[in-house]
Amino acid sequence: MIVRSMSALIARDLRLAIRHGGESLMPLIFLFSVIILIPLGVGPGPNLLAAIAPGMIWVAALLASLLALENLFRPDLDDGTLEQWWVGQCPAGALVVARLFSHWLITAVPVIVFAPLAAQMLYLPAEALPVLVLSLLIGTPILSLVGGLAAALTLGTNRGSVLLSILVFPLIVPVLIFATGAVSAAADGMSARAHLGLLGALLILAITLVPLATSAALRLNIE
Amino acid sequence: MTRMLEAHQATFARNGEAVFTAVDLALDAGQALIVLGPNGCGKTTLLRMLAGILRPWQGKVIRHCQPAFLGHLPAFKGDLSCRENLAFQRRFHGGTGLDENRALARVGLAGLGLRPARTLSAGQKRRLGLAGLLVAPRPLWLLDEPYASLDDVGCELVDRLLSDHLSEGGAVALSAHQRKPVIDVDLVRLELAAAEVVS
Amino acid sequence: MIWKTIKVNFHRLGSPPTFYRLAEVLAPWLWGGFAVCAAIGLYQALYVVPPDYQQSDSFRILYIHVPSAWQAMAGYVVMTILAVIALVWRIRTVEIMAMAGAPIGAAFTFICLATGSLWGRPMWGTWWAWDARLTSMLVLLFIYLGIMGLYAAFEDRRKGARVACILILVGIVNIPIIHFSVEWWTTLHQGATIRLFSGESTLHESMMPPLVWMTIAVKLMFGAALLDRARNDLLDQDRRKGWVQSRLGETA
Repeated sequence: MIVRSMSALIARDLRLAIRHGGESLMPLIFLFSVIILIPLGVGPGPNLLAAIAPGMIWVAALLASLLALENLFRPDLDDGTLEQWWVGQCPAGALVVARLFSHWLITAVPVIVFAPLAAQMLYLPAEALPVLVLSLLIGTPILSLVGGLAAALTLGTNRGSVLLSILVFPLIVPVLIFATGAVSAAADGMSARAHLGLLGALLILAITLVPLATSAALRLNIE
Repeated sequence: MTRMLEAHQATFARNGEAVFTAVDLALDAGQALIVLGPNGCGKTTLLRMLAGILRPWQGKVIRHCQPAFLGHLPAFKGDLSCRENLAFQRRFHGGTGLDENRALARVGLAGLGLRPARTLSAGQKRRLGLAGLLVAPRPLWLLDEPYASLDDVGCELVDRLLSDHLSEGGAVALSAHQRKPVIDVDLVRLELAAAEVVS
Repeated sequence: MIWKTIKVNFHRLGSPPTFYRLAEVLAPWLWGGFAVCAAIGLYQALYVVPPDYQQSDSFRILYIHVPSAWQAMAGYVVMTILAVIALVWRIRTVEIMAMAGAPIGAAFTFICLATGSLWGRPMWGTWWAWDARLTSMLVLLFIYLGIMGLYAAFEDRRKGARVACILILVGIVNIPIIHFSVEWWTTLHQGATIRLFSGESTLHESMMPPLVWMTIAVKLMFGAALLDRARNDLLDQDRRKGWVQSRLGETA
């Protein structure tokens, strides 16, 4: 029953995303704008670019994830589909997970797929590529979870977007540190295990706590 | 008689103040409850609370079966077609009711299955909402102003759906302004009063 | 029995007029205590304690810097406790108190950062360093600002307070993680990190008393400001209610 409701929600979200087309291309456009503009800004030196590549790709992934947050719950609040989450048999926390999963599929997966290409454009050593992809795979779900929480907290306000960034920024500091730390370590030929392990621990923590807090915040906001 | 819904001294507060005076009610299978009261006395809030969307501020609400709530908002996606919206509702609520086309025909929207829901008129949107009740049948219906923006034929349709639902052992709680349900079953009346502002 | 008495008293405290009266009586005492402690502390800090042999007089800013840093963190813990009570028992006055803590905590965080920056300029020749403690404090400031912003953004103050209380709880889980990650990050990125307080643990005995006085003073001030802010917020929210009207009638 729970799985059925969740999959129904994910299927509908993806269908809507495909129907809106342009929006789902935004993360990629964003990633490549950053990747193309950075060398123009800091100069084409391979050493410098390779050093900042992990951070740049990660910041691009972060901003791409942030872009779509404003509309994570708001359209559902406006058309009344959000309040139905509390009428069905499926616990709202599970539906939050489903919604965040589609957010992740739409905003993060394209970035993960094209990250190796972007990394090559910034001269990141090839040894670091698997770690980059792995760090994105573990880290971007945390971005979606934390971003979703911030979106839920600000849902009842009318100046959500400014607040959203203020709320997200402190909470994702650890993700950024461990993820870019992993990639830098791999690029320097060191083991990235410790970083990735900590990132995984953060993911587990986020996945257990955030849906609860998010559904509590959503519920307060639809009252 | 199976009990479907109970409320004990339940009330809801906004900004720290009770919206309406505490409500006691019990609804059995086959019963229909109509919530009456002037504008702004909290009818919508009460129904949303009975549906489980709002948590009672004081008292409690017990639902013995799965409710369906139909409010002012359409509760479907304008960019999806009518049929897609109904298919979603069926899966989401785990429904085993009429198939989408039959449900659309039943509410007088036959042939509009492929139209995006946003292109429907206000009355047609209400009808689509009713079709949602048919594709995913739930024993307890909570309907907020089901007659709003419907024409005479539409209002009769609501009456017919209500009668069928009640005779199949369902229960209904609804709010209504001008038109009251014209059905065989006796309506339980609940007069809702806005709460006094107390210090 | 005892539990019940506590519960009843707790709920009585939750009633706005009772809370208002209590805060009104308590706050002046806290302010008074703050004034006395701060006077003693500042006098000792500025006149009694001898100048440091390395830092001469500039180390005296420590007596503002360290107590504010402690209070910035302690204030958050107080807010967390209040937020838990507010969310579990839904007591309005406690929600208001939790919210009243945020601007005070933010102010202490800001004082800590500003005094640290002023101190850092002559000591390490820079206003800002990406040190673990500095960065964590900056992040804490943003969390405080987020709580304030969230509370202010809601039309329904009660709803805003409850949503912001959730954020407080999220923050308390995150602050240790943030601190730990930032610490790790600085050891990774900076070969020779400036060890900020390397000499602090060997603080000379004569330097201790003013620090204790100032810490107590700052704690009392936090309490006093918390009560005053909560009282004003309550008065503002309830301005149309009977109990405020009758109080105003009394004093007018």
